[in-house]
Amino acid sequence: MEPILQIKHLTHTYGIGTPFQRSAVEDMSFDIYPGEFAGIIGHTGSGKSTLIQHLNGLLKPTSGQILLNGKDIWAEPKKIRNVRFQVGLVFQYPEYQLFEETVYKDIAFGPANMGKTGDELDRCVREAARMVGILDDQLEKSPFELSGGQKRRVALAGVLAMEPQVLILDEPTAGLDPAGRENLMANIRDYHRNKQRTIILVSHSMDEIAQNVDRLLVLKSSHILMSGTPAEVFGRADELITAGLDVPQVTRIAMALKQRGVDIDPAVYTVEKLEQELLAARKGGAVC
Amino acid sequence: MATMIKTEDLFYAYPAEEGEQQTYALQGVDLSIEQGSFVVVLGHNGSGKSTLAKTFNAVLLPAGGKVYVEGLDTTDESLLLAIRQRVGMVFQNPDNQIVANVVEEDIAFAPENLGVPSEEIRRRVDDALKAVNMSEFVRHAPHLLSGGQKQRIAIAGVIAMEPRCIVLDEATAMLDPIGRREVLTAVHRLNKEKGITVVLITHHMNEAELADRVIVMDHGRPALDDTPRKVFAQVERLRAMGLTVPDTVDLLDRLKNDGWQVPLEALTVDECADAICAVMHTN
Repeated sequence: MEPILQIKHLTHTYGIGTPFQRSAVEDMSFDIYPGEFAGIIGHTGSGKSTLIQHLNGLLKPTSGQILLNGKDIWAEPKKIRNVRFQVGLVFQYPEYQLFEETVYKDIAFGPANMGKTGDELDRCVREAARMVGILDDQLEKSPFELSGGQKRRVALAGVLAMEPQVLILDEPTAGLDPAGRENLMANIRDYHRNKQRTIILVSHSMDEIAQNVDRLLVLKSSHILMSGTPAEVFGRADELITAGLDVPQVTRIAMALKQRGVDIDPAVYTVEKLEQELLAARKGGAVC
Repeated sequence: MATMIKTEDLFYAYPAEEGEQQTYALQGVDLSIEQGSFVVVLGHNGSGKSTLAKTFNAVLLPAGGKVYVEGLDTTDESLLLAIRQRVGMVFQNPDNQIVANVVEEDIAFAPENLGVPSEEIRRRVDDALKAVNMSEFVRHAPHLLSGGQKQRIAIAGVIAMEPRCIVLDEATAMLDPIGRREVLTAVHRLNKEKGITVVLITHHMNEAELADRVIVMDHGRPALDDTPRKVFAQVERLRAMGLTVPDTVDLLDRLKNDGWQVPLEALTVDECADAICAVMHTN
């Protein structure tokens, strides 16, 4: 399968020629495949935000290339707008960017700018609203009357309505309560399952990443520290901890059990999996 | 022990839209918070936890019932300054609570307004920065700091008033894990070393692990009120209230349902591993 996005030796340096010159991204290379649910994790300052702003052409590489469907997105700089329709980026706290009079108009803003009109536009808006659990009778409300969690859904719907091939979500659940977090992630998983579209989830939360993605990149100090499936990455939990990163709490429990002599795969990262492992271990007569 | 904050049959309602029924965010809360304690208030959005916090220093006034801060009635306007000096608040968004262009000026803002003499202000600013481990940033510009650093500046600004109690209203919600840890470390230190009462409003369960007491709000009332261990052992009730439990408790709960004789009162990873090992050992 051909990658949908290819990042080749990407470097981005801020403040070139000033005393504040600093590379936020240094020589990063990776591919994203169609239909993949990928995760990017790293601390504040690790280069996550700078990296994702390159993927839809909001930032231009200092050196290196971004290829979308095999084509350099900066080959024709005047057509960069088309890239933004194909790669949708949902920023952190997107609810602060709502501006229209009604929820409907706010969601319609993106697709209308793409040139969609009439029934086609209406279909995009309603479908996107439905995907994030916004009810029909809320469409005519002012977005500012909604609760924080609902506002965030509207902002997400505004990007989904453009039907992007790749959806990038920067900390979509930050600041939500546990039920709100779980609901929103369930909407996103449904979207991924039903539409088979590519998703890149950026998060600080190892637990959230562990529960959702097929593959993840771990960033540290402007570089890619690790990449692989969650099992591969969390199997190297010791290295993550040494690098000052978190591992899922479940992985830490598995590590603590391993230390106590329980024969268990330390790469487990969900509660269900650890429960199964423990049941099997006990049946097998494991003692610690 | 003396009481820091006491509420009696406390009610609060936000103004209702025209034609809509008035709903009470707080519905008869009776609480007493001891001086020097570290209390975490949990609850889903809309449970009333932030509303409750805002009544603690008269940002919101009761629609019914009373709130007393060290015996001072928050509805008595002449006591407002005395109450706000005793209970300081830190809010969610670090960018909304910094007023000056230099860290030390920001922290001096409150004591200046209280008419504290300038030598005394100098001492308080330095002490406050030290207490949150931010001394080296005294002449920095706040907008160039990280979220966790900004929140610690906001906390230092509150400490400079020398309050008896600090209320943090979801002050960690917008921070990354490192920022969250920095803020939590700072408030735990203030609690231990200066004996400042801390009321921490959050929806991160793991921030409750080290508290003396956890209050879970639901429908405008405290639904659970106990030590963290006892509260988190109530897995079903917490879930029913839209809250999650730490993975340690979740795992033990599942194993218990599988027929294992494990306690649910294990919060830390090591306690959880020990509890599991104890069962495996008896096998």
